[in-house]
Amino acid sequence: MPNSQLSRRSLLQGGAIIVGFTLSRALPAMAGTAPSKPVALDEVDSYLALERDGSAIIYSGKVDLGTGVRTALTQMAADELDLPLSRVRVIQGDTALTPDQGPTYGSLSIQNGGTQIRTAAATARRKLIQLASERLGTPMDALVTKDGRVAPAAGGEGIAYAELLKDGHFALKLDKDAPSKNPDDFSLVGKSVPRLDIPAKIYATFTYMQDVMLPGMLHGRVIRPPAIEARLTGVDEASVAGIPGLVKVVREGDFLGVVATSEWAAIKAAQKLSATWSKAETLPEQAKLWEHVRATPVVKEDTTSNVGDADGAMAQAARKLKATYDFAIHTHGSIGPSCAVAQPEGDALTVWTASQMTHALRTQLSAMFSLPPEKVRCIYVEGSGCYGRNGHEDAAADAAILARAVGKPVRVQWSRADEHGWDPKGPPTLIDLSAGLDDKGAVTAWSSQFHIPVGAAGTVPLVAATLAGLPHETALAPGNIVHNSAIPYGFPNVKTVCRRLATTPLRPSWIRTPGRMQNTFANEAFLDECAAAAGIDPLEYRLRSLNDPRGIEVLKRLAALAKWESRPSPKGEGKEAGGDVQTGRGLSYVKYELYRTYVAALAEVEVERSSGTIRAKRVFVVQDCGQIINPDGVRNQIEGNVIQTVSRVLKEEVMFDRSRVTSTDWASYPILTFPEVPEIVMELIDRPRDKPWGAGEPSAAVIPSAISNAVYDAIGLRLRSVPFTPEKVKTALQRT
Amino acid sequence: MGQSHSLTINGRSLSVSLDDPDTPLLYVLRNEVGLHGPRFGCGLGQCGSCTVHVDGQAVRSCVTPLSSLKPEAKIVTLEGLGTPEAPHPVQAAFVEEQAAQCGYCINGMIMTSAALLKDKPKPSEAEIRQALVGNLCRCGTHARIVRAVQRAAASL
Repeated sequence: MPNSQLSRRSLLQGGAIIVGFTLSRALPAMAGTAPSKPVALDEVDSYLALERDGSAIIYSGKVDLGTGVRTALTQMAADELDLPLSRVRVIQGDTALTPDQGPTYGSLSIQNGGTQIRTAAATARRKLIQLASERLGTPMDALVTKDGRVAPAAGGEGIAYAELLKDGHFALKLDKDAPSKNPDDFSLVGKSVPRLDIPAKIYATFTYMQDVMLPGMLHGRVIRPPAIEARLTGVDEASVAGIPGLVKVVREGDFLGVVATSEWAAIKAAQKLSATWSKAETLPEQAKLWEHVRATPVVKEDTTSNVGDADGAMAQAARKLKATYDFAIHTHGSIGPSCAVAQPEGDALTVWTASQMTHALRTQLSAMFSLPPEKVRCIYVEGSGCYGRNGHEDAAADAAILARAVGKPVRVQWSRADEHGWDPKGPPTLIDLSAGLDDKGAVTAWSSQFHIPVGAAGTVPLVAATLAGLPHETALAPGNIVHNSAIPYGFPNVKTVCRRLATTPLRPSWIRTPGRMQNTFANEAFLDECAAAAGIDPLEYRLRSLNDPRGIEVLKRLAALAKWESRPSPKGEGKEAGGDVQTGRGLSYVKYELYRTYVAALAEVEVERSSGTIRAKRVFVVQDCGQIINPDGVRNQIEGNVIQTVSRVLKEEVMFDRSRVTSTDWASYPILTFPEVPEIVMELIDRPRDKPWGAGEPSAAVIPSAISNAVYDAIGLRLRSVPFTPEKVKTALQRT
Repeated sequence: MGQSHSLTINGRSLSVSLDDPDTPLLYVLRNEVGLHGPRFGCGLGQCGSCTVHVDGQAVRSCVTPLSSLKPEAKIVTLEGLGTPEAPHPVQAAFVEEQAAQCGYCINGMIMTSAALLKDKPKPSEAEIRQALVGNLCRCGTHARIVRAVQRAAASL
C-alpha cells in the first residue's frame, strides 16, 4: 500500500522528473487490523517484543511530544536489555499496540512510563538469563547479558536473545523485584545520547502528524461559531458552490465544516461559507475578570495543608502582610495548529493524532459516536509541540465527524485563529495570601486561598462533540491545579485552601506546569515580600525555614553558580541613583508537588522605567530530578521551560470580549522573540542511584516569581499580576 | 480544468496544474510536490514555519500566491538545502547543537539562517537574533538555535 501520494488533481507533467521529489513517507501504522498483542499493564509482552533479528521493539503508552522522551526511553530500555541503541525502536501511543500508561503529562513519562518499561525490560532480561542457564547448564548468577546475548561471565560466546526466545514472546507478568541494572554498569543511561529524531527533523524526512497522508484522503476545515455557545441558524451552501474541489458542507447541530479535494479549496470554502448564528454573550467583561472570579460560586474547599493554628497565630503576629496575586489566561500556542486524519471503515474508525492521550481519546471518540471502544483505534504521530492538552484531540474529533460524513479519510488542520481561539486555555488564577511575622521577621503564620476552577486532569470535552450535540463530558478538567498550593517551608502555622469554583471563563485545560506555576508564583513572590519586610536576605530567609537537604543543596549551589551577594531586597538604588534602566536579581525555589524534582532559579532583569519594559537578561537554574537519563535532554527541557515561561510572564494574556477570544493570531497574542531571550546558565545534580523524576515542567514553576522578585529588587515595586506588561509597570511606577 | 504552472524547485523543473493560480506556494509544495520541509504555522506570515528560498531570499510561502512567482523563479526548500550525506553547514550545525525540540519551526529557522549567512557570513549574536526576530519558536529552543547559527558561521 502506498504510504504517501500526490494529489490526484495535480498533473505533474514530465512525470519522471517528479520521482526524485516524491518522498515516500512511512506511516507509523496503517489502519485496519493490528497484529494481536497484549496491552495489559502487568504483562512484559505489552511493553516489549524481541524480533528475529535480535532487535527489540518497545511499546510505550507515553509519547514524545517533542521533548526527547523517545530517545530517553530507548536509552533506558536498551541499557536494561543490554542491546545497542540502534537495535531498539519505540512504538508510541497506538491504542491497538501500546499499554495505556496514562496521558503524557505531568512530567511523568520517564518517572512512571520509563520506570514501567525498565521493569518490563529487567523482567525480560532475567527470563533470558534463566533460559540460557537451562540451555547451557550454567547457574544464572554465572551468566551475563551483553550486546543482545547471554553468555557465561567466565567467557564464551553464549546465546543470542532471539535464539532463546523463539517466538519473541515472554508470557510473563511484570516483576518489580526483577533485578534492575546496577547504575555503575549503565552504558547509555546518564549519557547525552543525541536525540534520535533530530536529524530527520533537520533534513525534512521526519513525518509529523501534519504530514500524514492516506490514499484517497480529502481535506477538511472547520467553521467555528463567532461566539461561544452561539447556535447555527442557517447555512448558505450557494455561497461556496463555485469553489472547485468542494466535496461537501457538513453540518451537524452547531458543528460546521467543509470537505474538499484540496487543502486550499477547503480553506477557501471555510473562509467563504456564509452562515448565520445566534448572538451569545457568555463571557465576563475582561476588565472585570478578577471580580468575576471572586464572585464565582465555590463548589468545595480543598485544604491542601493545615499545620498548627494559622488563624490564631496570625492574630498574635507582631506584623501582618496581605497580598493578592493573579495570573492571566494563557493559550498553548503550538506553532503548528492542531491536525488529525480520520479514516472510517464500516463501523470502525481509525484516527492518526498528535494527542498526548490516545487511550483517553479513544474512549472519548467511542462515546461521541456511540461505537464500542474496540472499533476505535487512535494512533499517535508526533505533531507540533503541545505543552499540555491543546487542540490535538479536538482536531481528531473534527476529522472523525467529517470523515464519517463523507465516508472517506479526511485530514483536518486548524487555522491559526482556530488554534488561538478554540484550544482549551489555562484558567485564570486568583490567590490571596497573608502572613504573620514575629518581631525578628520570621513567619509564624501563613495562610492562603486559591480561587481556581473545580476538577482535575481527566478528559476535556471535545469541541466537535459539544457543538454537534453528541455525547461528551460536562465536567471541567483544568488539570491537577491544587499542586504546590501548600508550601515546602516548615513554618509553625500554615493553612492553604483551594476554593474550587463552579465555572471558569473559556474551556479550561492544563498548560505546562498547570497550577504549580501559578501557585508557586504567588507563594515564592509573597515569601519574598515577607523577607523584604523582615529586611533579611531572601536566600537566607528561605534556608532558615527549609529542612530538606536536597532543597537546601539546590539553593546553595544556585547561590554559588550565580555568585549570590547576600543582602536584602530591594537593591535600593532609587530612581535618582539608578537612572532609567535599573537591574535586579530574584530568587525562587520549588519542590515539585512537594515530593519530587527540586529546582532553584535566579533571574537577573533590567527594568526600563520610562517604557516600563522588563528584560530578562540571564536566568540561572539548578535542578535535582534524581537519576538523569539524558543530561542534554534535561538541559533542553530546562531551556524550554525558562524561555517559554519568560514569554508567558512578560507578554502573554488571552484577550476576549463577551462572546469570544479576540487574541487569535501572533500579533494579538505575542510571544517572546529572539532578541528578548535571556541567557541561561544551569547546573544539574545527577543522582544515578535514585529514582528518575520528571524534568519537563518543574523548572517552569519558579520563573514567574524569580522575575517578580528581581523586578522588586531592581525598582522596589512588587508585581503581583501576570503578565508583567510595560503598561502595568508604568502604571505602578506612576503610583509610587 | 486547472491551469499549468512551470516551477523550478530544488534545481528541478516541473509543472503543476492548479484550479486556483492564487494558491499559496506552501500548499503547492506540500500537497502537489510532496515537500514537507515548509510547514503551515499561521497562514499570515507571522511565524516563519513555512519559509523557503525564492531566488536566494527567505520568503514566507504561506502568503506567496503561486501567481506572484516568475516562471524562472528558483525555489529551494529544506529538502533542497542539503541532505544527511551532503548537509548544508546550517543543517549540520543544528544537528551538532541538538537545536530542536518539537522541531516544527526548525524549517524556518534553518532557511532564514541560511539566507542570513549567504548575505552576511559572519554575523554578530545580536544580528543573528535580529535576523530571526520574525521566526517564532514555542518550545524555547532559541538559545540552541543561536548557537547553531554561530557554529555554522564559524564553519563557513
